[in-house]
Amino acid sequence: MPETKVFAPQFVSSRHRDEAAELGMWVFIATEVLLFGALILGYLVYRHLHPVGFAAASGRTDLVIGTANTAILLTSSFAVAWAVEVFSAETRKFCATLLACAIGLGVAFLVLKGFEYRSEYREHLVPGIDFRFDPVHVDGAQLFFLFYFVATGLHALHMVIGIAVLGVMALLINRTPSTRHRTALHSAALYWHFVDIVWIFLFALIYLPGRAA
Amino acid sequence: MTKWLPPRHLVGAWLALLALLALTVSLAYLPLGAFNAAIAMSIGAVKAAIVAAIFMELRHRNATTLTFAGAGLFWLGILLWLGMMDFLTRT
Repeated sequence: MPETKVFAPQFVSSRHRDEAAELGMWVFIATEVLLFGALILGYLVYRHLHPVGFAAASGRTDLVIGTANTAILLTSSFAVAWAVEVFSAETRKFCATLLACAIGLGVAFLVLKGFEYRSEYREHLVPGIDFRFDPVHVDGAQLFFLFYFVATGLHALHMVIGIAVLGVMALLINRTPSTRHRTALHSAALYWHFVDIVWIFLFALIYLPGRAA
Repeated sequence: MTKWLPPRHLVGAWLALLALLALTVSLAYLPLGAFNAAIAMSIGAVKAAIVAAIFMELRHRNATTLTFAGAGLFWLGILLWLGMMDFLTRT
């Protein structure tokens, strides 16, 4: 029974251990859902109170970069899901390459986000730093951009952590000639996909309103 | 060779996500009033469901895992529902 050596005594099998790891990831993701959920509740309340100001402010965000970044994140999630799906002792180097592609896409996302922040700074759209907006809508616009910077900043922090986690996983599976890290890879992938889902909703709340007017 | 190729369902999910992204950006420019927000959020929810079901493999998981994954959504629903109740019903 060499199997018995690979899992801790609280588990009855390695499969039991892997299932516990996955459930643990989902509990963690639930706490993250509520972290972003509270921010989104704040957004919805203030959008309800300042509908026109929010639409005007949203119209000033960069939809081209926002859309490109969404496509980039969706593609990076695809690469990670691909790596999880084909992972085996034989394909592990290829899987590490897929993770490297996902990391590259994640870095591209952050670089584009940086360009976006820079142009918003230049257009005086950062609340607290000489914020300038049409006086009729300035209150709503300021609240919108406050949400924008807090939510995208928090999301960017998650991206940085996700990139670091994927980097460690790429190194580990590249170095270990077995499928020992399958569960860790799966947990890392769940986190990356979750960060992707958060962005899907941030994209709909930040970039899409106020385009039709 | 086939063991390196992405399975068809992953490619399908990825293309569907990109198509939904193009659709939601196009529809945002149509003057539909309050429906714009509803459409944007609905398409967002479909995209999130595709990521959760296919990329996160929830469609192959048992009831326990689905309950754990659904718990976050359940509490989020309570947060948003009770949180918005006051503001939406205020006269």
